[in-house]
Amino acid sequence: MTPLLYYIIFSALLFSIGLAGALTRRNAILVLIGIELMLNAANLNFIAFWRYSANANELTGVMFVIFSIGIAAAEAAVGLAIVIAIYRHYRTTQLENVNSLKG
Amino acid sequence: MPTDAPMSIAFFVLAAVTLAGAICAMSLRNLVHCGLCLALTFAGLAAIYLQLSAEFVGLAQILVYVGAVAILIVFTILLTKNAEVHISPVSRSWAVGLVVAIIVCASLVVPMMKSPSLQRAPATTAVAPVRLIGEKLMTQYVIPLEAIALVLTAALLGAVVIAMRDEPAQKVGRGVLTTPRPGSGQRIVDSDASPRRAEDNAPYHDADVVTSSLPVEPGSTS
Repeated sequence: MTPLLYYIIFSALLFSIGLAGALTRRNAILVLIGIELMLNAANLNFIAFWRYSANANELTGVMFVIFSIGIAAAEAAVGLAIVIAIYRHYRTTQLENVNSLKG
Repeated sequence: MPTDAPMSIAFFVLAAVTLAGAICAMSLRNLVHCGLCLALTFAGLAAIYLQLSAEFVGLAQILVYVGAVAILIVFTILLTKNAEVHISPVSRSWAVGLVVAIIVCASLVVPMMKSPSLQRAPATTAVAPVRLIGEKLMTQYVIPLEAIALVLTAALLGAVVIAMRDEPAQKVGRGVLTTPRPGSGQRIVDSDASPRRAEDNAPYHDADVVTSSLPVEPGSTS
């Protein structure tokens, strides 16, 4: 079977892609997409370590990922609602135009 | 072992598709294409979960992420009317963000390559039957289950409240924003909701109107 190392490296690459997108893109929706990618990379780590652990019947990784998916769903709903509220207020979702709190 | 090769090939194909989807979701210009590539990435991750014999999590990933989160993102993109974004040229903050991401990736991957414990064999009997997951959710993890039920209820109510149209507060916010616009005297006058809603069909972006000092005639630009 595929070594655990490949899954972890794949997860690190996915996390880095999400981080690069969240840092470089200027649109609030794309920043949220990058955050979702990073969350999914962390979930993949939990599943991979659970599958390769010596005590897999305890299901700890699976349980953590189930709760993490629930939290991520709540985060996406609230984040996108905030994006819609920002768009209604500023008529844009470009983050450099949303600078009312900038000193 | 001869039975290992198909699983490895499946993993590499799924990983390549997922990474390509992630790169496209973060780099394409059209935001709708970004949302659809994100759905592809989520589906590839669900397939990898299924390959790791975590069936419940894989199907929950498809239900929650592909079915709900990706569609929610696409709806937000449609509601905010900015599908054609002019991509910014290579600027300083862009390069800084990319360098930070590369440094993080290298600092994650290099210790992994040196770790001997990551080469271990998988557990032989790693199965996650739904019956066992349900029993654990009702006994050992019942407090987190109740907590996440509260969190989801509060978050969804909060999302509805935040996104709900609030007419008086909206007029104040728009009045503050629309007054310093140069060259668009027609648009300063009407600051209530319904005439602006009709003007939204004019084919120019509001960000361009704010930054440009030239007088803008509706319908002449772009």
